[in-house]
Amino acid sequence: MAAEAESETGLVFHPMEQFKIEPLFGEGPIHWYTITNQTLWMGIAVLVIFLLLVVGTSRRALVPSRIQSIGELAYGFVYKMVEDVAGKEGVKYFPYVMTLFMFIVVANFLGLIPTSFSTTSHIAVTVVMALMVFVGVTILGFVKHGIGFLKLFWVSSAPLALRPVLAIIEVISYFVRPVSHSIRLAGNIMAGHAVIEVFAAFAAILAIAPLSMLGIVAMYGMDMLVAFVQAYVFTILTCVYLKDALHPAH
Amino acid sequence: MTTEATEAAMAAGHAAEAAEKGGMPQLDFSTYPNQIFWLLVTLVVVYLILTKFALPRISSVLAERQGTITNDLAAAEELKLKAQEAEEAYNKALAEARVEAQRIANETRAAIKADLDKAIAKADAEIAAKTAEAQKAIAEIRAHALESVQEVAKDVAREIVALLGGKPDARSITAAVKAHLKGEKRP
Repeated sequence: MAAEAESETGLVFHPMEQFKIEPLFGEGPIHWYTITNQTLWMGIAVLVIFLLLVVGTSRRALVPSRIQSIGELAYGFVYKMVEDVAGKEGVKYFPYVMTLFMFIVVANFLGLIPTSFSTTSHIAVTVVMALMVFVGVTILGFVKHGIGFLKLFWVSSAPLALRPVLAIIEVISYFVRPVSHSIRLAGNIMAGHAVIEVFAAFAAILAIAPLSMLGIVAMYGMDMLVAFVQAYVFTILTCVYLKDALHPAH
Repeated sequence: MTTEATEAAMAAGHAAEAAEKGGMPQLDFSTYPNQIFWLLVTLVVVYLILTKFALPRISSVLAERQGTITNDLAAAEELKLKAQEAEEAYNKALAEARVEAQRIANETRAAIKADLDKAIAKADAEIAAKTAEAQKAIAEIRAHALESVQEVAKDVAREIVALLGGKPDARSITAAVKAHLKGEKRP
């Protein structure tokens, strides 16, 4: 590809190097317990959530400070989303949805700090979260409605002859959910960061450097948007799946 | 835009894959147990932070604020009602005061009119009395003047008669003067 030709002229492309997971202390293989750069940024995400939602609201001010306002906005935003999409019964599961939203949105924005690490750009991370949602709502659906949960796949508003066909499509789409749910988030975050890296590599050529810097600024702005929108999309899809588990009938 | 970015990233990814031996770090399965373990730890910690501290606190703050706002609105409504009542009372008092003022003005006007009429009547009576007195005085003066004229005429007539060498006879002179005064007739 073009990159090959460019690298011969002295340009170095390592757009994916930023996603590499390395042990934080020393060298060696990565065991399941090893503290890596990813672990560090997960920890920082936890710290930020703690500062924002616990320390920021510690004054319990009637007229909120800026940080408290952000915490309250996040709370109100997710709460309203759960209530609007999943209904009153969905509010019971609000803490789980809030956990996912806060972790994703904070990790996305932390990943935008230069030289930081994007936790949510890793498929392993997003797949685990998507599977938690998938397995969770499936179990919840069967616990709440028993075998009646299968009505989710039986489109009663369609003509009878079409229903078996639709049922197959519905089942396939149901099992594709965790895949699209996770790859959407990781793909968007990874893509944004990789493109910034590519623009940055082009800055080594003097003639295109201004354009390249402009490109970095533009991509960074768009990544800020993507960081929030993808967290929002992940959360609202979680709410939609939750709604399907609570009210499976079409 | 996002799909473009994804394509670009894919291209970049392929380029990197071609250039390096490792490929995408995302697909390095040896790191998966580590990632999953620490992710679960992170999510559990976040969940505990949210459910133990953050969410109850924020919800109580929001409820408290809502309560305060509702109370303030109720208090404002009450104060507004009170203000309306006060305004009504004020208007009522104002109307009453106006009526009272009207009444007092009418009374005063009537009293003044009565006083004035009395004074005018008194003044009229006084004027009438003075006029009568003056007329009497004029009549007196006139009568007196007539007498004086007769007296002077008699004296003058006597003197004239004496000067003419006659013997003035008091009776005839008086008669002549009287007759002269009555009707210009000469003796």
